[in-house]
Amino acid sequence: MMDFWQYAFMQRALIGGVIVGLLTAIIGVYVVLKGMSFIGAGVAHASFGGVALGFLLGIDPLWAAVAFCLAVAWGIGTVTRRGGIKEDTAVGIFFASTMAFGVLLIGLIQGYNIDLFSYLFGSILAITAEDLKMVLGVGFLVLLTVALLYKEFLFITFDPETARVSGLPEPALYYLLLALIALTVVVSIKVVGIVLVSALLVTPAASAYQLSRSFGKMMALSAFFGVLSVVVGLILSYYLNTASGATVVLTATAIFGLTLLWRRWREAV
Amino acid sequence: MSTAPPIIELRHVSVAYGTVKVLDDVNLTVPEGAFLAIIGPNGAGKTTLVRTILGLVKPIEGEVLVFGKPPKELGPLRREIGYVPQMHTVDLKFPVRVRDVVMMGRYARLGLFRRPGKADHEAVERAMAKVDIQDLADRPLSDLSGGQRQRVFLARALATEPRLLILDEPTAGVDAQTSTSLYELLRSFQQEGMTVLMVSHDVGVVSQYVDGVACVNRRLVAHGRPEVVLTDDTLAEMYGCQAMFFHHGHVPHMVVRAGEEKK
Ligand SMILES: Nc1ncnc2c1ncn2[C@@H]1O[C@H](COP(=O)(O)OP(=O)(O)OP(=O)(O)O)[C@@H](O)[C@H]1O
Ligand SMILES: [Mg+2]
Repeated sequence: MMDFWQYAFMQRALIGGVIVGLLTAIIGVYVVLKGMSFIGAGVAHASFGGVALGFLLGIDPLWAAVAFCLAVAWGIGTVTRRGGIKEDTAVGIFFASTMAFGVLLIGLIQGYNIDLFSYLFGSILAITAEDLKMVLGVGFLVLLTVALLYKEFLFITFDPETARVSGLPEPALYYLLLALIALTVVVSIKVVGIVLVSALLVTPAASAYQLSRSFGKMMALSAFFGVLSVVVGLILSYYLNTASGATVVLTATAIFGLTLLWRRWREAV
Repeated sequence: MSTAPPIIELRHVSVAYGTVKVLDDVNLTVPEGAFLAIIGPNGAGKTTLVRTILGLVKPIEGEVLVFGKPPKELGPLRREIGYVPQMHTVDLKFPVRVRDVVMMGRYARLGLFRRPGKADHEAVERAMAKVDIQDLADRPLSDLSGGQRQRVFLARALATEPRLLILDEPTAGVDAQTSTSLYELLRSFQQEGMTVLMVSHDVGVVSQYVDGVACVNRRLVAHGRPEVVLTDDTLAEMYGCQAMFFHHGHVPHMVVRAGEEKK
């Protein structure tokens, strides 16, 4: 029954997957409550440009994506806060242009035998020990930041204007939150891929939102659903021989469907 | 009697969003311990005036002083300001308990990274007791009525233990009786020494509780004691000529005439 656990690649996949599931679910709470799911998707697609840039310059594509995504996330933040442009318009512009930039760069790279597919759709079973270290390190950093600034992030998510009036450094906290989103997106690419990472940022948190009446409970439930989606999805993909990233995302969606039904049912009785 | 410096002072303040001027040459002085109402029609610039005082918008001309300092330079003095924003600015379906909302009022005092301690929990309890919402403490915000929610946000402002309390239309969408008890509560805070600045639509009722009224419609139309300020002329200037006023004693009641309706 537990035969998948015998393989080192499966162990790495599960460990990496659980961390990514936890990370996206927790950052996802802010993304969902602050209405930034489109930003998450925009940053995820921007990472394609970063990955391509890494290949072209001969540096680690994931680290290149970190730098690139940070720049894009802050770019979107600055344009929306300063420029008087709506957030979705700003994301729409960055979304397509960074993808186009990536496609352009890929065309310039000689040889052209890069495994782009694994970046677009994830290749969790191919996670190396090196990749896992990066996931662990970045994951620890992001979770530590959230733990330390839990109350501040809650305030700026709930009521940014009053947070600022009270004296909290609201703009700095907002940009920090954008940075955490960018980091989370990049370390999740290996697991579910660029195309699907935004689903992990939104779906478990949205499921938790259905059932939560306090912020702490939403955090805990979202984390639970995130980890559950990854573990169940990976095991299913192993036995059904399906694409792992897609199976994880569809598992998360199924959980969302169940929470929706549960809430409907509870409200009806 | 020595003249204490005013808590809020605006000198020739003009504010614009883009090229549109929303406040034009406003002068306003709020002495310590006052209870002042800012009234005016929709879009008059009341919220903008409040946001200017709080340092959220920068005036294009003029000078703003709060506690004798420009809002940007308030530093720790910011914690002496309690702010109750206009209701539509927050997401009312946000999953958060009443107690947790009120605790937000303590965050800035606590400082970054630090968790609330015993003193903070006590301050939250006191603030909730003052506005009589202790029995709602563990309820989610989304379950509450409009009036209860307003009290939660008022409690959050009180939890900062402010010297200056600023409220933006705290009685919007709240029934008359609830509004009245809120005004009474605010007046009791004033009697304890707090300075209260409140934006309101409720021209007639509010004048019974406050000791000053500022009528705003892009300009500061009038400013002073309610019975002096709230004349037909002021109100007509502020609301345009479609308004008519009845007098009961010295408190005017406003009736807005629609189109060509007869008097
Ligand atoms: N952020 C903004 N950008 C551009 N224009 C704005 C902005 N905020 C307000 N305005 C405009 O400035 C004017 C004054 O708005 P303000 O919100 O201060 O009015 P108000 O008196 O508070 O109205 P209400 O009674 O409806 O709350 C309005 O015409 C409004 O459309
Ligand atoms: Mg307003």
